[in-house]
Amino acid sequence: MNISEVKTILHNGLWKQNTGVVQLLGLCPLLAISNTVVNAVSLGLATTLVMVVSGSAIAPIRNYVPNEIRIPVYVLIISVLVTVVQYLMNAYMYPLYIVLGIFIPLIVTNCIVLARAEAFASKNALLPSALDGFAMGIGLTAVLGILGGMREIVGHGTLFAGFDLALGEMAKGWVITIIPDYHGFLLAVLPPGAFIGLGLLIAGKNYLTLRAEKKSKIIKITSTQTSAA
Amino acid sequence: MKRLTKATLRTALNLFFFTVIGTTILAYTFNLTHERIAQSEAAAKLKLINQVAPTALYDNDLLNDTVTLPASAQLGTEQETPAYRGRLKGQPSVVVIEAIAPDGYSGKISLIVAINYDGVISGVRVVAHKETPGLGDYIDIAKNKWISLFGGASHQRYQEDDWKVKKDGGQIDYMAGATITPRAVAKAVHKALHYFEENRARLFAQQADN
Repeated sequence: MNISEVKTILHNGLWKQNTGVVQLLGLCPLLAISNTVVNAVSLGLATTLVMVVSGSAIAPIRNYVPNEIRIPVYVLIISVLVTVVQYLMNAYMYPLYIVLGIFIPLIVTNCIVLARAEAFASKNALLPSALDGFAMGIGLTAVLGILGGMREIVGHGTLFAGFDLALGEMAKGWVITIIPDYHGFLLAVLPPGAFIGLGLLIAGKNYLTLRAEKKSKIIKITSTQTSAA
Repeated sequence: MKRLTKATLRTALNLFFFTVIGTTILAYTFNLTHERIAQSEAAAKLKLINQVAPTALYDNDLLNDTVTLPASAQLGTEQETPAYRGRLKGQPSVVVIEAIAPDGYSGKISLIVAINYDGVISGVRVVAHKETPGLGDYIDIAKNKWISLFGGASHQRYQEDDWKVKKDGGQIDYMAGATITPRAVAKAVHKALHYFEENRARLFAQQADN
């Protein structure tokens, strides 16, 4: 795996093929759990962990799994991993486990995990597969985190509330009250707020991509003109 | 034909192999974590119970001094529920029971109710609900201290007809915007108090297997 390969994988996961705003896979947790930063980032990281480990587990066995049963085997591996994550969170991050609730086991049904297993890990070696899972997961976590931040500020007027659920007492003081004496804006907290927020994020991503394309076109044109002259 | 059978068998064996590995990993993780999970669950339960029945009220191992209550229409329960009995110096002092208000605005509201031996409510908490965020969710102590108005309530303080929200002619405060939710909670707490009064002897009875 050379540097340019690493760069391509990272670029795909974090930006070009971002699961949250480009592939639009795995929207169930994205919309349901992104009402605060801590919920969004925690579920994103749990998903990332599952994707890294499932990528690394599937890549080395890809040549030994008969083609016709590869999907059941992948699903089996992913659900085992998710259940392991669920046990660990239940044991070591109990309050957070209660908050995330049903969405942890639902990582199994997040199609992005299976999609990466099928599209990437089943065709590549261990290291690129692990990196791909990592990049895709972090890309998703970033979108979830930004969306969670937007909804938390608009909905509750705070940022980083509830981090003590994940990190213990020491994070209690992390809460930043952006708008003091705020009465909350229900729309942002409920699922429609997630759809609207995600729409804005996608629009922003498209705007940036289009602008970059235009710029590179202009550069191309001017450079051909100068060479012609 | 023979080749097909062989291929099928090989595929089945392959799948079986992965299933065995998966099961092994799961069993191992379960063994590793189940004690800690049980501990966290018991600690969380005790923390919740201590919100309604402060530790000053009892000195026994309350979590293990339970009696099983059958499903009861009065409590709104459809399954057996445990009742936790607190005793102070051997004397019964407080009991914590589960109750369900079936008629919340969006479904059931699960409560725990702690009642002192003399029939005064020690405290009530909502354990689970699906009420509208921002409107009906003030019954949750994390959002509002409304629920604590039941602390100290009894049939001495509120007559039979006072156990209603003020809008219905009772004595229970509520907040504008949501009346169905507090109405359901008040009704469920009142019914739980009746249940306690009718079953007090049984609630505090020593368990046969003790």
